[in-house]
Amino acid sequence: MSDIADRVKKIVVEHLGVEEDKVAENASFIDDLGADSLDTVELVMAFEEEFGIEIPDDAAETIQTFGDAVKFITEAS
Amino acid sequence: MRRVVVTGLGMVSPLACGVEESWKRILDGQSGAGLITRFDASAVTTKYACEVPRGDGSDGTFNPDDWMPAKEQRKVDDFIVYAMSAAEQAVKDSGWMPEDTESLERTGVLIGSGIGGLGTIADTAVLLKERGPRRVSPFFIPGSLINLISGQVSIKYGFKGPNHSVVTACSTGAHAIGDAARLIQWEDADVMIAGGAEAAICEIGIAGFNACKALSTKRADDPQSASRPYDEDRDGFVMGEGAGVVVLEEYEHAKARGAKIYAEVLGYGLSGDAYHITAPSENGEGGERAMRNALKRAGLQPDAIDYINAHGTSTMADVIELGAVERLLGNAAGKATMSSTKSSTGHLLGAAGAIEAIFSILAIRDQVAPPTINLDTPAAETPLSLAANEAQPREINIALSNSFGFGGTNASLIMGKV
Repeated sequence: MSDIADRVKKIVVEHLGVEEDKVAENASFIDDLGADSLDTVELVMAFEEEFGIEIPDDAAETIQTFGDAVKFITEAS
Repeated sequence: MRRVVVTGLGMVSPLACGVEESWKRILDGQSGAGLITRFDASAVTTKYACEVPRGDGSDGTFNPDDWMPAKEQRKVDDFIVYAMSAAEQAVKDSGWMPEDTESLERTGVLIGSGIGGLGTIADTAVLLKERGPRRVSPFFIPGSLINLISGQVSIKYGFKGPNHSVVTACSTGAHAIGDAARLIQWEDADVMIAGGAEAAICEIGIAGFNACKALSTKRADDPQSASRPYDEDRDGFVMGEGAGVVVLEEYEHAKARGAKIYAEVLGYGLSGDAYHITAPSENGEGGERAMRNALKRAGLQPDAIDYINAHGTSTMADVIELGAVERLLGNAAGKATMSSTKSSTGHLLGAAGAIEAIFSILAIRDQVAPPTINLDTPAAETPLSLAANEAQPREINIALSNSFGFGGTNASLIMGKV
């Protein structure tokens, strides 16, 4: 797993309080990992902070799964 | 009118986490004061407060992880965490954890706070200034709003009855309990979870009350002696924090399920001073009217009162309340006992009225008036016993608890033995 994926996974585990092995490629933050809409806003903020990038609101809405997040951040950084 | 009784108690105080442990330490004459550890207090004038003792949960310490998952704690200010603990204690104590729809819809929550998420608001304002609006957490607002205690408690237990809150400075806890009792009397609910919480021991909180000249400043060398209601050498209140929550229940409802009944809420009186933003009205006439209104609701004469848990904050206003109580009781003043448990707990602001209602209830249960500690040289002569420095075992059938707040907002509760 890439360095970016590791860092994203660590943030997800910390913020959502889920087990690491639940954070699969296609795991949906809301449907599979127990997040609500506010949690996803906070997750995106944490990604911005960790990777020093800005994720515009319309792009943030497309980040639904762990895989989406890794893909977006890999392309943005 | 429907009768309202108290069937559950919960508390996080500067003495301990837990009702019985806090009460034991109160009766022991202990103080919850110490030098401030919650933030670097080197820049503020008052360097001491009554902080909730944190630890692993043993020996009366408060361990937030026992009451709220760590990932949820991150999303709320401490005043909500304290309240979640006190609410859980009270609900468990009452044994009222229904699952059927009707019962859940007949159970409400009314828990207030004087200031709410003051520390979180201050920290977020700094973040906003330093790093811009995009760094403001989505949990900032729901973690700071005062009525979110009631929201959080209702979500945790599924209580779908009236969901309400109170914000009346230092009268908050008493108003919350009184208003909640009325919701039961008026049949809006059969059970109400009611009380107050506060967590304002942060730099902006101390700085703000220092600016109002409300806090004690002179006793950094011996903080435990700083809260000294009625004493000639008092110089302001000592800020406390924590939460008090009670379960109120319609009498027949409580009896039918065989609930343990601590006491009955007999009277509740409110008044406004219409006088000054921080000072009480001259001669305490506003407080006196709140007490008289509570007696009227209770259908009692002043001489029925055995014990008074005073507002008594350790400020100049103590003797004003004392005068109002003396006028109220008249010739009966000589047989009543009045004490200020703020001498031990400090002033919990929006939670004060709630924990003090609980201490009044326990005074009835155990037939003992808790002491006013640090009362060495009374500032005024009075026929009332002030339970100076020693708990006073005595007959207590009726107890009155006073709370007076900034803005001239007064509330008195009368509790009686069932």
